[in-house]
Amino acid sequence: MVEMIPAAGRELLYREAINEALKQEMRLDENVIIMGEEIAGGAGREHLGIQDAWGGPFRTTVGLIQEFGKERVLDTPLSEAGFMGAAIGASSTGLRVIAELMFVDFMGVCWDQLINNAAKMRYMFGGQVEVPFTMLTRIGAGFGSAAQHSESFYSLFSHMPGLKGVVPSDAYTAKGLLTAAIRDNDPVIYFEHKGLYTQPSIVPEESYTLPLGKARTLKSGTGITLVGISKMTWICMDAAAELNKLGIDAEVIDLLSVSPIDYDHIIESVRKTHALVVVDEDTPVCSIASDICARVAEEAFDYLDAPPTKVTAPHTPVPYSRVLEDQYVPNVPRVVTTVKSLYEGYR
Amino acid sequence: MELNKEGLLHLYRVMSTIRHFEERGIPETGQRGMSASVHSSVGQEAVPAGVCAHLSNEDYIGSTHRGHGHCIAKGVDPKAMMAELFGRASGPNKGKGGSMHIADMTKGMLGTNGVVAASIPLAVGAALTSKIKKLNRVAVAFFGDGAANQGVLHESMNLAAVWNLPVIFCCENNGYAESTPFEYASSVEALSDRAASYDMPGFNVDGMDVFAVYEAAGLAIERARSGDGPSLLECKTYRYYGHTVFDDPLTYRTKEEEDYYKTRDPLKLFRDKVLPDGQISESELDGIDSDCLKLMEEAVQFADSSPMPEVSDLYVDVYSDYPLSMMKRGTNMSI
Ligand SMILES: Cc1ncc(C[n+]2csc(CCOP(=O)(O)OP(=O)(O)O)c2C)c(N)n1
Ligand SMILES: [Mg+2]
Repeated sequence: MVEMIPAAGRELLYREAINEALKQEMRLDENVIIMGEEIAGGAGREHLGIQDAWGGPFRTTVGLIQEFGKERVLDTPLSEAGFMGAAIGASSTGLRVIAELMFVDFMGVCWDQLINNAAKMRYMFGGQVEVPFTMLTRIGAGFGSAAQHSESFYSLFSHMPGLKGVVPSDAYTAKGLLTAAIRDNDPVIYFEHKGLYTQPSIVPEESYTLPLGKARTLKSGTGITLVGISKMTWICMDAAAELNKLGIDAEVIDLLSVSPIDYDHIIESVRKTHALVVVDEDTPVCSIASDICARVAEEAFDYLDAPPTKVTAPHTPVPYSRVLEDQYVPNVPRVVTTVKSLYEGYR
Repeated sequence: MELNKEGLLHLYRVMSTIRHFEERGIPETGQRGMSASVHSSVGQEAVPAGVCAHLSNEDYIGSTHRGHGHCIAKGVDPKAMMAELFGRASGPNKGKGGSMHIADMTKGMLGTNGVVAASIPLAVGAALTSKIKKLNRVAVAFFGDGAANQGVLHESMNLAAVWNLPVIFCCENNGYAESTPFEYASSVEALSDRAASYDMPGFNVDGMDVFAVYEAAGLAIERARSGDGPSLLECKTYRYYGHTVFDDPLTYRTKEEEDYYKTRDPLKLFRDKVLPDGQISESELDGIDSDCLKLMEEAVQFADSSPMPEVSDLYVDVYSDYPLSMMKRGTNMSI
């Protein structure tokens, strides 16, 4: 069993960990190919000595084309419906394709391929096909990029039977979950958070997988369970430190997978702490946060001292102006205030 | 607009305004920490100037992530645009949209757009409104060479042809989609060839030359206005900067190529073509440039002295009618 938190070792940045997982899996299995916009960059300019102009818009795919060549590292035209569908088709006929959607906000362009083909083929075809397809994409607000470049819509994917989804929160989970996603025989959506790329953490050099569908506990406590998703995990950790000063001992769970969701892990924690706050950067209606709250209410009702509660973005698009965007994303004060009010109201 | 002296000066003023807006506004936006998604259209000024010279406030345009030039050419106030870039309440979008969403319905400007090719069918829809309501308006969909490979463009062109709509599909082919060269991503050398698939005329012009753009756009727009349907207009142009201000374009293109296009700079080409005539003097054009320089100073001051949105504006304009409590319910928002 691989540890969910590594003890010691070399550090990598989140984006380097993604890169290392891609390289190791491509070395291991020649059926693994990768495609997307700008994943090498400067395509077709080999005669000018250009191989890897960008290595991805966030440099997660740097160096791949030099090692694996343009047969396995394909820059695509700006045609998400076409190439995402082709990636799914290739994945169901013998390749294991990783395809990148530059930002999750653009999923509308290729949504049909994801939800009507990738998600349903195995089932509709009576189990005849396997779709070992991984879609890499990016989430996260806070960068002044406004309504069409800042969403965190993982809940929409979780809603679809047939798709799996992971939300790595640091370099260690980024590598382990990506390796697992690539090796998995179902379509997995891999959500990178734009705000984590330059965060370092301990990452083993050899390849390893972390289980899909498993959460991890980053801090144990007895006073309340805080569940973080992706970058929000670190908001939870900071909030836990603040709460500690107030004498509240919070437990922090890092969700890591948004399909399947590790309800059992959360429920076990709530049985001990008797209270729950889910912190989610996504909007609240029909969301992962509301789903977790509902599941806990259904299955751990008798253990609760306070209503399962969430801190999320509002039910609005992401605004541009800094003064508005600063309010949009959940932050430490909001989590602390929420926990305090639960304590004042129910304890 | 006629190309008499006044018309010529207008073309130059539009191009110079765009150039000065980008050169001043983008770094200023960056200094205010908001430049992640700002795309400069320096080098491409001739296309919006030449096309929009045929349009009135009633006509429509759809635009792209690289859309400041389209806004300016369509008559959007650069001061208000600057305020939008700075996230101020006095922007046309009240600070909600920023560079990639500037819209001004009073000018028929249907929005710059952050999703590549997403505004194309909006322009088709605006043309449909004009046709059904007999408004005699035309719509222009601006898009890039990268956008040309999106399915929605092809669906939109077919739809416009089938419905015989007054719309012009105007491709600003600047040779690159981010770092991906056009010739890699397209199976045809000239995008204008694709017009044949939808049984519409395809024009292909030098997009650095405002007169070439003006002439071809005039034909396409005249056709649309007189009920003869859509056209595809490809303008070969060049962006001088990287995709955003953050990338170094020399990682995917050559200095020689950049230098070549700079010899064909649209403002310089204009001067080369117009000055020998004697109708317009160099000092008149220099005067326009210094007007624009001054305008941008005023725009920055206007933007900086404008108020920020109220935090409660976060919930405004999501819907025309919706309970406010439902936007916050269960979120533990602090406002
Ligand atoms: C659907 C979609 N896919 C990808 C992107 C990311 N992106 C933004 S601009 C761009 C390149 C656009 O190229 P082009 O249409 O030629 O316009 P240009 O930037 O050259 O003006 C890309 C890939 C996006 N915004 N929307
Ligand atoms: Mg382009």
